[in-house]
Amino acid sequence: MTKFISSTINHFILSIGLLIMIVPIWIIFASSTHSSLFINTNGLQFFLGDNFIDNYSRVLFKQSGFFNEITALKMFFNSFVMATGIATLSVITSLMAAYGLVYFKVKYATFIFWLIFITLLVPLELRIMPSYIVMSKLNLVNTFAGLILPISASAIATFFFRQFYKSIPDELLEAAKLDGTNSLRFFIDFLIPLSRTMIAAVFIFMFVFGYNQYLWPLIMTTSEQYWTVVMGLKTMYGSISDRFAFVIMSMIPPVIIIIFLQKLFIQGIFQNK
Amino acid sequence: MKKVQFKSNYSQYFFLAPQLLILLIFLYWPIIQTFRDAFTMQDAFGFGSQFAGFDNFLFIFSDPSYFTAFKFTIIYSFIITLITGSIGLLLAVQANKVMHGKSAYKTLLIWPYAIAPAVVGVMANYFFSERYGLLHHLFNNLWGFNWYENVFDAYIYVIIAGSWKQISANFIFFLAGLQAIQKTVIEASIIDCKSNIRRFWTITFPLLMPTTFFLIIINITYAFFDTFGIIDTTTIGAPGSETKTLVYKAYIDGFKGLDLGSAGAQSIMMMIIVLVITIFQFRYIEGKIHYN
Repeated sequence: MTKFISSTINHFILSIGLLIMIVPIWIIFASSTHSSLFINTNGLQFFLGDNFIDNYSRVLFKQSGFFNEITALKMFFNSFVMATGIATLSVITSLMAAYGLVYFKVKYATFIFWLIFITLLVPLELRIMPSYIVMSKLNLVNTFAGLILPISASAIATFFFRQFYKSIPDELLEAAKLDGTNSLRFFIDFLIPLSRTMIAAVFIFMFVFGYNQYLWPLIMTTSEQYWTVVMGLKTMYGSISDRFAFVIMSMIPPVIIIIFLQKLFIQGIFQNK
Repeated sequence: MKKVQFKSNYSQYFFLAPQLLILLIFLYWPIIQTFRDAFTMQDAFGFGSQFAGFDNFLFIFSDPSYFTAFKFTIIYSFIITLITGSIGLLLAVQANKVMHGKSAYKTLLIWPYAIAPAVVGVMANYFFSERYGLLHHLFNNLWGFNWYENVFDAYIYVIIAGSWKQISANFIFFLAGLQAIQKTVIEASIIDCKSNIRRFWTITFPLLMPTTFFLIIINITYAFFDTFGIIDTTTIGAPGSETKTLVYKAYIDGFKGLDLGSAGAQSIMMMIIVLVITIFQFRYIEGKIHYN
């Protein structure tokens, strides 16, 4: 009997937690399926309306922005390119750098180590203005490279891979060395297959991180052609239900990735601990 | 590093080069520029600049709005850490106990983690708008809510907006921390201590210490940097500068106010704060916790 009561309490507390996390999004979603006229007179809605297809298709394909040069669909494309670019570049460079740090005798190893990891103290937000000046000197304003490169300049992923490599037993390299495997082969044939879960987790982490960037794209893209979804949120004009629909759509890609790949993500992150 | 390593004269640089190159161009160059800005004074028309020593730093220390931002950032990180940490822990403990529906709860509580802070801010905007806002109406009926004039109300607005999605991150890490605790430890403790609540505080919670401190750092970093998108889509710092975080203020002064010297000095102050927190973490916290 006490067991029943305590489990009821557990479920009760969890349900309140669920309500806090889900109701806000549900209300915005439900409201996005009504017409703007209805919202303006009746406020936010809890029940679904019948304008779902109308609202969402209008938002996806309508030209918007100050100069009407971009559709939401294009913004999704831009965000996707940016997030994929950031995730891919971070994974490749960090995987390699961590390998160089852990598996080699490097001259000035301590110096290089600090050169890489001190950057964890300086998030993009702290160097936003000078970064913009550097990018304009390099002619990278309004390019995908300009959106991707400064955000990929991060040692977070290197840190994860380094921890992971250190947990791999030394015997693996000893055995490989006996077989006469060279460093490039060892990296490609042994380490990369071993790090698959870790690579997936870091990729997911960096993809979500990249997709959710707000300040940097806001500064870097003066041309509407390069607007991303998250910055489009602030600059998009339109009727109230259009904006609700846009908010809901903007969260779909990273949320889907986290929901479907959560197991991989959590496994990878905790492999280190 | 490893005991067994490759000995090579050049191939390590092949592996290190891509990351170092990107860091040098896109990180070190701007950082050096930040330091240069912080120690120079630009004239009002942008024609020239001259070495200014610590003038920019003296200027921000004499600026009352810098202290407002400093105060707000501290309060904001403290409250967000407290709220999201305790709710995340509470939910994780319950989710770890239930027999049925564990994975459903997990999935549904995890996904707000993936939503961008700016998106959360835009959503909060609707809930706190005078016209549609449910929370605005609720608080207004309770005590006369008016966030663009009343500092306390503005705090409530940005704290609710800032905490919401971060509950998910705390939940994920606490749940993983709980699941890592050995079953035998818990079973043994059940024999010694019958009270659930006492057992939690004397056995489980101390075992969760590494996770807790890790999350404190994560939450502080979140409140310092990631909340930019939330502030910029909700209060924009109103009323006055009362809800500007240090990062938001540096951005406004540098990018909108075009005062590069002040923005540079503010960035360097932030770097020092982050450095102090990191050293504190390594020196005091990592040393005092026993990882099993």
